[in-house]
Amino acid sequence: MFRTAVRNVLAHKARLLMTVLAVMLGVAFVSGTLVFTDTLGNAFRNQSAKNYDDVAVAVTTYAERGDEETPAIDAATLKKIQALDGVAEATGRVSGFAGVADTDGKLIGNGWSNTGANFSPGADGKDAQYTFTKGTGPVKDGQIALDKETADKGEYRVGSPVRVATNGPVKEYTLSGVFTTEDGAVNAGGSLVLFDTEAAQQLYLRPGEFKDVTVTAAPGASDQKLLAAVKPLLPENAEAKTGAALADEEAEMTESGLKGLNSMLLAFAGIALFVGVFLIANTFTMLIAQRTKELALMRAVGASRRQVKRAILLEAGVVGVIASVIGFALGVGLATGLRSAMGMFGGKIPAGPLVVSPTAVVSAFAVGVLITVFAAWLPARRAAKIPPVAAMSSVHAVATTKSLVVRNSIGGVITLVGSALIVAGAAQGDENGRWLIGGGAFLALIGVIVLIPLLSRPVIALVRPLLRGLFGVSGKLATQNAVRNPRRTGATASALAIGLTLVTGISVLGVTLGQAIDKMTTDNIRADYMVSMASGDALDQSALAALRKADGVEAASPQRSVWLTVGEEDGVSASGVTPGDVEKVFDLKTVSGSLASLKDGEIAVDRKTAKSHGWKTGDSVPVTFQDEKTETLKVGALYEGNEFLSPVLIAEDVVDPHETLADIREVWLTMDGGQSDANEKAVVDALGDNPAMSVVDRQGIRDMFGGFINTALNIMYALLAMALIIAVLGVVNTLAMSVFERQQEIGMLRAIGLDRRRVKRMIRLEAVVISLFGAVVGVALGTFLGWAIGKSLSSSIPGYALVIPWDRLALFLVLAGLVGVLASLWPARSGAKLNMLTAIKTE
Amino acid sequence: MTTTTVHRTTAVAARATELSKVYGAGETQVVALDRVTVDFPQGEFTAIMGPSGSGKSTLMHCVAGLDSFSSGSVRIGETELGTLKDKQLTKLRRDKIGFIFQAFNLLPTLTALENITLPMDIAGRKPDAAWLQKVIDMVGLSERLKHRPTELSGGQQQRVAVARALASQPEIIFGDEPTGNLDSRSGAEVLGFLRNSVRELGQTVVMVTHDPVAASYADRVVFLADGAVVDQMLNPTADGVLDRMKAFDAKGRTS
Repeated sequence: MFRTAVRNVLAHKARLLMTVLAVMLGVAFVSGTLVFTDTLGNAFRNQSAKNYDDVAVAVTTYAERGDEETPAIDAATLKKIQALDGVAEATGRVSGFAGVADTDGKLIGNGWSNTGANFSPGADGKDAQYTFTKGTGPVKDGQIALDKETADKGEYRVGSPVRVATNGPVKEYTLSGVFTTEDGAVNAGGSLVLFDTEAAQQLYLRPGEFKDVTVTAAPGASDQKLLAAVKPLLPENAEAKTGAALADEEAEMTESGLKGLNSMLLAFAGIALFVGVFLIANTFTMLIAQRTKELALMRAVGASRRQVKRAILLEAGVVGVIASVIGFALGVGLATGLRSAMGMFGGKIPAGPLVVSPTAVVSAFAVGVLITVFAAWLPARRAAKIPPVAAMSSVHAVATTKSLVVRNSIGGVITLVGSALIVAGAAQGDENGRWLIGGGAFLALIGVIVLIPLLSRPVIALVRPLLRGLFGVSGKLATQNAVRNPRRTGATASALAIGLTLVTGISVLGVTLGQAIDKMTTDNIRADYMVSMASGDALDQSALAALRKADGVEAASPQRSVWLTVGEEDGVSASGVTPGDVEKVFDLKTVSGSLASLKDGEIAVDRKTAKSHGWKTGDSVPVTFQDEKTETLKVGALYEGNEFLSPVLIAEDVVDPHETLADIREVWLTMDGGQSDANEKAVVDALGDNPAMSVVDRQGIRDMFGGFINTALNIMYALLAMALIIAVLGVVNTLAMSVFERQQEIGMLRAIGLDRRRVKRMIRLEAVVISLFGAVVGVALGTFLGWAIGKSLSSSIPGYALVIPWDRLALFLVLAGLVGVLASLWPARSGAKLNMLTAIKTE
Repeated sequence: MTTTTVHRTTAVAARATELSKVYGAGETQVVALDRVTVDFPQGEFTAIMGPSGSGKSTLMHCVAGLDSFSSGSVRIGETELGTLKDKQLTKLRRDKIGFIFQAFNLLPTLTALENITLPMDIAGRKPDAAWLQKVIDMVGLSERLKHRPTELSGGQQQRVAVARALASQPEIIFGDEPTGNLDSRSGAEVLGFLRNSVRELGQTVVMVTHDPVAASYADRVVFLADGAVVDQMLNPTADGVLDRMKAFDAKGRTS
């Protein structure tokens, strides 16, 4: 049996090639994902282990500059820790944001990975964490050291002046040295600035105090015992852990992060494999149709149905194994490529060996073989049903076009149920609604796939007159050939339809959301510029003061994040703003009262929030501030909600006395003369050309909130491309089969005068018709899904309006047509090259 | 039937001169046609006969522009085929030649009528309505024009094929064992149509067959053996042809 299977596979090499390719691509996707995430995980794990290699105990406090309540580690405590038995060394650390400007004054790095810390030399004048390649560590105020990568990027040499911004104004330092480190954040592409300890304490905390302490053990001392000894010395709110525990924690965090990436990639691999199933099933159906006589002969000479079925499945298994082997090798290559590609785009990954885990190997093979065998199941069953007498009949047994009634009824019901669920989910419009849509989408997709053979006839009949008019007899024959075997056309079109459903759904949703965000910015904002910290930290009050004085500033208001408690324990977030300026930087629609009342210490409330609290203009509300003092404030105005502001507005100077730390998220500016280069320069100059602060115009604001959508769309397109490639292989496969089966016809057409060019055109048009049919179904279903998901989101997105990206949809259809042309290149060539004489001969 | 009724004109519809077709080279060389010279006069129904492997099909394929030949010349009307490229050959077949195949070779997706007009469709010509009606009436298909090939019997399918060959009024029709897949009654019908088309419509028909009864419908039988014309017979009868064939067989066996 096995030998027969192998022989059959070898005999139909060319025919099975597409199947092998499809399975191979799917397996490569799966194994590539697994190997890549395993490798990444391993590298990060090693990195964290290395980070905490020497650390016996690490102490962390949550102390911060400006926060007088959380105690830090003072010098005395550090001394006590250093004096403990078994402590080799205890180093105090302070750290925070530090941005380095490049030669153009722009920030090096991306904002959230720019750190500054203290250089803490031991008795030997060295800090074990840092290895200096040039110069020395900073030993006095005004000196800094930089990690090598950052120094290279800024083209800084020892001795050259470097502008560094922490959360205050920019300061110029002298570079004392360049170092390398095992620090994970630096290894992942972040920048690190080292200050001398006093300067760092000054910048990030308070003089003489530390945020963190790392303790190294003397030889023979136990980490656990040290931990127990350190703990009692610490102030409240401080946390101490052993290095091993921290390494584990960090590893776990990377793991869970990678798990998300892993499952996303695997989901796309799943889609690709799902599409592949259609291709495989199609191939086996056709192979069996061609071998009807041979199989019937096997039955006639005594093979049981079971044996026939098993033979076919065995054949599928052999194909699956071959494809898996190649696919796995390809996947490992893919993983390697992906790692270096990520390195190229700046996402630095710690070095480490390629990890090929047994799980990856087993799953790759399981997926490859099982998918192939599963897809071949139905065709195999059909093969087993071939009666032995078929061997005797001289007529080439044509695959019976069994009545599609049962199939259509089932498909119709599934499609209806799925669509109903989608509509219901869209109407419900929350998390549950989205689950409904998800379930409905799956059912609808299955239903449409079941119905596709039925749909193919009327839909393709619609374009027949057009093609006939344009391409004459080739066009007419092409459309007729396309619906000749509705099942096969259906399976081929399905593969494309699935891919395009997803692509279209994502596009509709993405473009709709993008537009909503665009509309949100234009509707809510009047400001020309927004200033914020690149690190995402709060802006210093000095920045606000500086901006107010800048040339050309007409209005400037901060958006200061404030937390108020109303009444007993009802918390509400508020925005501290500048009265008088706030309505010039935001587009605020007053419902009642006047925003001018903010000046008098009254508050303004978003209409919906006011409604839910039962407040009206003129009401007095007891408000408790952060310092637990309560004031009774009058509601001076109600306004329509604004996405960029909290639901309560309060004058900044009302909040100020109650808070030690002003949490200014952004400063919004309206300029005299609007956006211009001169105005932008004025703003940047007012901030002291600070690389740590970002100044963005309106377009920048839009990109900030909506830019990720385009990136996400592009990533999804790239991942779905795999499914589409497999679909294209399906079209190639179907056409090659069609040409093969119709040799005689093509021969006759050539004999009675159809020239090669038109034979080619006929085959090409058939491919285009099938591809476009699949694309139209996919685009329609995808638009429906995009509408439904968008609808369910609409309540949480103000100004939501469905945008159908006609240009993109048209592009998808054009691409589908091109796919058809591309897929038909080879089959059309071989069709045109057919030898007429052999083709018209009877069998 | 008497010899005097043959309305033979001097014009020749197709002519092969010194036609040779050789496959392979050296040791494995096979001569399929060996310097064959034969005329197919206009308005004549010619049958080509011969045992299997005699080269009768090859001769027809070469004359009909379906196959290339090694040396010699073939003319359809005034056109010399040897110098034509594939494109020109295709156009020639489309415009001047009709075909009837053993396996009917109809397109299953087209109706009977669409199959009949297919050659004109390909050429982008409108069929001559009166002529088309005449042909359809002759083969008795007017009731079945909307049917697809799968809904027709073998005899009906071959009648569609005959109508397809006639409909475009070609200069010459080639039939490759047109009755090979039919029972004798349907075969007789089809042969009757072919003979009528020659008699009544002045069509030229060349048919390859190995069936003496089929050959007896022709005006002339050309006998081929081992790639060469060995004999011909005018106004053949089935028995006469059979006897002649037997003679070749015997000769083949003894030599």
